[in-house]
Amino acid sequence: MKDMATQPILTLSDLSVHRGAAKILDRVTLSLAEGETLALVGESGAGKSTIATALMRLLDGAKVEGTAEMAGAGDLLALPERQMVKLRGRRLSMIFQDAGSALNPSYTVGRQLITVLRRNLGLSKAEARSRAIELFTSVGINDPEGRMTAYPHQLSGGMQQRVMVAIALACNPDLLLADEPTSALDVTIQAQIVRLILAQTRSRGASCIFVLHDLALASQSCDRIVVLYAGQVVEAGPSRDILERHRHPYTKQLKSCVLEIGTKDITAPEGTVPPHSEMPLGCRFATRCPRALPRCAGEAPPLQPARAGADGPLDHQFACWNPE
Amino acid sequence: MIMSQIQTKRPAMAPNPPVFELIEVEQEFSVPKPGRSLLSRETVGLKALDGVRLSIAQGASLALVGESGSGKSTLLRVLLGLDAPSGGRALYRGRPIREARARGTGFARDVAMVYQDARGSLDPRMTVGHLIAEPLRHFDIVPKAEEAARVAQLIDRVGLPTDAASRYPSGLSGGQVRRVAIARALASEPSVLVADEAVSGLDVSTQAQLLTLLRSLQRDMGLTLVFITHDLGVASYLCEEIAIMYLGRIVETGPTDAVLERPAHPYSAALRAAAPRFFEPIPEPLPGEIPSPLDLPKGCRFSSRCPAAQDDCRLRDPQLGQQGAGRAVACLHPLTSTEAQASETR
Repeated sequence: MKDMATQPILTLSDLSVHRGAAKILDRVTLSLAEGETLALVGESGAGKSTIATALMRLLDGAKVEGTAEMAGAGDLLALPERQMVKLRGRRLSMIFQDAGSALNPSYTVGRQLITVLRRNLGLSKAEARSRAIELFTSVGINDPEGRMTAYPHQLSGGMQQRVMVAIALACNPDLLLADEPTSALDVTIQAQIVRLILAQTRSRGASCIFVLHDLALASQSCDRIVVLYAGQVVEAGPSRDILERHRHPYTKQLKSCVLEIGTKDITAPEGTVPPHSEMPLGCRFATRCPRALPRCAGEAPPLQPARAGADGPLDHQFACWNPE
Repeated sequence: MIMSQIQTKRPAMAPNPPVFELIEVEQEFSVPKPGRSLLSRETVGLKALDGVRLSIAQGASLALVGESGSGKSTLLRVLLGLDAPSGGRALYRGRPIREARARGTGFARDVAMVYQDARGSLDPRMTVGHLIAEPLRHFDIVPKAEEAARVAQLIDRVGLPTDAASRYPSGLSGGQVRRVAIARALASEPSVLVADEAVSGLDVSTQAQLLTLLRSLQRDMGLTLVFITHDLGVASYLCEEIAIMYLGRIVETGPTDAVLERPAHPYSAALRAAAPRFFEPIPEPLPGEIPSPLDLPKGCRFSSRCPAAQDDCRLRDPQLGQQGAGRAVACLHPLTSTEAQASETR
């Protein structure tokens, strides 16, 4: 059932990132359809944020391999910086985890948004100002005219994150990268911000990659989930497949740690992610896997379709020699 | 036989006064008046706690839940005797907390604390062994000769590797650092453990490991646990009772399962709805943000955001009052009022 509507907006192939001797991303392959929301989930060191920063070409001092084809733009990893500058903020934009430190403390939030609008869209000062007020209104900022002259520190964490969403969406990007946009916020504010990002991207027909650590939140907000462990994709597919018909032991473990209200039993997994110097050459989860076979540590399992005959890039895939 | 010994050693369930009892506790800070002129010294009172009522029995496990600005940390400082409340009474086993704390080391030994920033609470120049031995020596828990053995025991109890004693905090992961903080807290053989966001900011698997550890410690040692968290999932896993705070007041308390299954306060209901649940659509969140405590809404402090607010909510400030078995709520129109009445008349 592949048609034009599911044309990928982004195709990542064999993205690897090396920092010194450590391979912090290992041949990550994934694709994102137009209008789709995708969650990258996993624990610290899984490489979720690295993928987003690599796509924005904001990774410093790291060696990046592989390709990231964006529809109508080419390979994001190979474009000259001059063209990348034109893409950032216009077709591709990012919401950072900590809005308080991502915003510039010495300019008012109004000025920061107006700067983006004027530079990227070439609006006049007056046009940019009225567009900025519209944007602030659309992201739910009360008294938008008054808030234009506020400095970031005068706003609460939730308000700062709304400002950031407004800046990221200012130029109607085709692809939005949201790096744990709510992890520093209270739960009721988290619900507000996630709903806001989803509503804004959907109404614009934009695609969105959420970096999340909360599987339950991922299931509520995203069409598909990619599970990462120590820089490798271990499982990817539609949210329901990942959470209810998962094949990889790590996905199962990650899900069993989620505490919903009323959860009285959790199985805490053993151990921690090994340091890069001790990373197995094959499947990186092998050292902690309850189902590991002798071949797992030495031979990396390829991503394979979970159902026979389903080989589309958007279908359920997993990488395991001894799946559930 | 051993079982009966243990049981006779432990105080019976209820005859003693509760470990902590807060009666109408108020904490007012004096802050610069907003909008005052540069040279003005005008101040206004900010009530960080306002009419807090809470009782924590021996062996209870209580989750203190609320969003930023709800007064959790101020309440914690009052419980630990670090600040005297500006109004009301704060009692530890029937005596004022400040008094209990001033007299000898008994209070400090009995009430142990695990801080939110576990790494920051540990001296980076001390090895884990020394860090854990410090409270042992301070409170004179074991003779010097048995110190190393006790440290090893504690390290083992909190699930750290045996060689951890010679390591420094900088060489430990976030989860391990929290285990060290727990071991230090347990060293003085306390009966009360107060933990401030002890599992927040960790990966889910590390969080799961620590939560299973805390639950087994609480059960095996009969600890009274006061656990501050913003995560209702954590609260419902670890604690039998819950107290939900909003803007300096406890708005609902009771058994965790009952409160979360049938919240009586609209704020508890909103918190519950906002917690992530698999495949549930994200519900309409509460409008706006927590108001400034300098500018409290008239009447009920939640009325400005409450989806069920009625006219009298903006006139009368509801106090925490009994609402069914073991539960209390500060709301003029509790959500389950009709059901509660029905069950009472039956």
